[in-house]
Amino acid sequence: MTGPLVTGPVVTGLLRSPDRRSAGWTVPIGVGLLATATVASMAIGVSDLDVAGLVRADPDALRLLLVSRLPRAVAILLAGAGAGVAGMIMQHLARNRFVAPSTAGTIESAGLGIVVATLAFTGASLMVKMVVAVAFAMAGTAILLALLRRLELRDTLMIPLVGLLFGGVVRSVATFLAYRLDLLQSLGAWTNGDFSGVLRGRYELLWLVAGAVLLAYLWADRFTVAGMGEEMATNLGLSHRRVVATGLFVVAAVTGIVVVVVGAIPFLGLVVPNLVSLWRGDNLRSSLPLVALCGAGFVLVCDVIGRVVRYPYEIPVGTVVGVVGSVVFLALVLRRPVRVGG
Amino acid sequence: MSVVELLVPNRRPDIRGGPTAPWPGGHGDRRTRRVLLVLLAVALAVVAAFMLLGVRGSWAFALELRATKVAAMVVVAAAVGTSTVLFQTITTNRILTPSIMGFDALYVLIQSAAVYWLGGLEVSRVRPEVRFAVETAAMVGFALVLHRLLFGSTGRDLHAVVLAGVVCGTLFASGSDLVGRLIDPNEFVVLADRLFASVNTVREELLALSAVVVAGGAGLAWRGRRQLDVVALGRETALGLGVDHRRVVTAQLVLVAVLVAVPTALVGPVTFLGLLTANLARQLTGTSRHAVVLPAATLLGVIALVGGQLVLERLLGFGTALGIVVNLVGGLYFLVLLMKEGRR
Repeated sequence: MTGPLVTGPVVTGLLRSPDRRSAGWTVPIGVGLLATATVASMAIGVSDLDVAGLVRADPDALRLLLVSRLPRAVAILLAGAGAGVAGMIMQHLARNRFVAPSTAGTIESAGLGIVVATLAFTGASLMVKMVVAVAFAMAGTAILLALLRRLELRDTLMIPLVGLLFGGVVRSVATFLAYRLDLLQSLGAWTNGDFSGVLRGRYELLWLVAGAVLLAYLWADRFTVAGMGEEMATNLGLSHRRVVATGLFVVAAVTGIVVVVVGAIPFLGLVVPNLVSLWRGDNLRSSLPLVALCGAGFVLVCDVIGRVVRYPYEIPVGTVVGVVGSVVFLALVLRRPVRVGG
Repeated sequence: MSVVELLVPNRRPDIRGGPTAPWPGGHGDRRTRRVLLVLLAVALAVVAAFMLLGVRGSWAFALELRATKVAAMVVVAAAVGTSTVLFQTITTNRILTPSIMGFDALYVLIQSAAVYWLGGLEVSRVRPEVRFAVETAAMVGFALVLHRLLFGSTGRDLHAVVLAGVVCGTLFASGSDLVGRLIDPNEFVVLADRLFASVNTVREELLALSAVVVAGGAGLAWRGRRQLDVVALGRETALGLGVDHRRVVTAQLVLVAVLVAVPTALVGPVTFLGLLTANLARQLTGTSRHAVVLPAATLLGVIALVGGQLVLERLLGFGTALGIVVNLVGGLYFLVLLMKEGRR
């Protein structure tokens, strides 16, 4: 029995995790902080949110809150939590810390799906686009995972590099299609995540992300075991194939929905799970809630930055996350020898 | 040489020698010479085809227009090929290229930052030579700092360095997007005018300047080719063989920074071109000697760019999508090679 992965409570489900007691406090504190920040973020915007008016049930103030501010805050929380969780699961399934939807072609595949959906069904509804995007994201990621399995690369960093190359190819196919068929504008919609278009009636699909995250949490122990490798998982009585397929579905669903509704948010699935892993270790049952919280908080902060920097105009959250996320990640990689592999 | 060998960062490349025995042959190695001659012939044929095929109307006009395009593509091929080979040598790493590390995104970022702080009017009033010099100086400074950060401390995990490089690419791209959004829309027009170039809208005054810069850079790289061969063996070996490793690496890094600015300014970023040509050059010639790889990479770049443009324009009737297609073909080529290796 070697490595920290195997010593957790996941194997039997009976032992107490050594960090469970402290984790028990971290989550409520995190939820409290996040709730406060969410309320604060709802107060930021071009038109002032009249708190006294809200108390008096003033229709204008209520409408502002219910049509614009609240949907936006909910969308941010769901997208951030979902993207973080998707990244974490992906890292476990690929057994590599540097694999995430943004480094494995998942986001690009979902984007290609949107372009194809726009082409195939003229005036496709958001729902149709979502289904096609999720299907493409799933297919793309499955192709990459199959490719990686066939390659049997010893070098852990080759995997994200192959993934990035693969993503580049898928992206150029999408760009080429869009360029030939005058759809470059629809391409712009998913290449950079942006919450400014989120209003009541245009974000509800994101609630499906909550379902996917819940499924991920229920299966957390299975994903942890699957992350120990196929032999170990089979040995412990788990259908490795089925767990991988489910994980893939969760990742593709979350990524596809987020890309359709708000657009791509780079690095989120990479940075947040890695930070949480450094801090809490690899037991998904205890780290998934934290990943979800941190992902939501990270996007929330980036969105507020994007809204404040150029007030009253907005900078898309994808851009802010790209800058902040890559700086954080660079600091992480350069400051200490990262334990590659997983 | 197998692709996996080609891909996996090589700390001590090519000492073992492949089937073609790279080192002892010297300049007289017949196979490498034959490969170079074939590449030269193909490049000339492609250029001739591009110049002469399908001219309608005035020959003088068509030839002049096409000559400008070909010149631009040759300059870009030389700049991308040389800078990639140099960069891979000084980092002893065959996967990283300046483009993947985000050097061209960095150039765009510097341009955007200049417009943001100085204003579009001020920036366009500066003479192009001065502007180019200042921008390149900024690039060189950044490149040196980056190199110091990433490769400075010995013993840092090579993997971490590669990953950090890729992340840097995203950082610079997002950064220039951020600055682009902070800029006043009217001034952004000035910036967009300078950034979204393509093969079909090459500006001649910029072309002449770029040609001079690239010719000088390629000449310097050629002069240092033997030292570069030694530097490619890694720091310790190079020091042991009496090469001032630090000085050579710094000098070549400056050269890379200068050369990267040129294609970005001329035709916009072509991310996978360098990766494709530098690795193909090594594979086809079966050697890592810079005397062979540098010209081979340049010739391959010419073939890829001019040939690609030829196929796109004359056969398929497409316009300016060359960058997209180069990325598509380059990426696919790499994946196919990887698959082949994996199946064995």
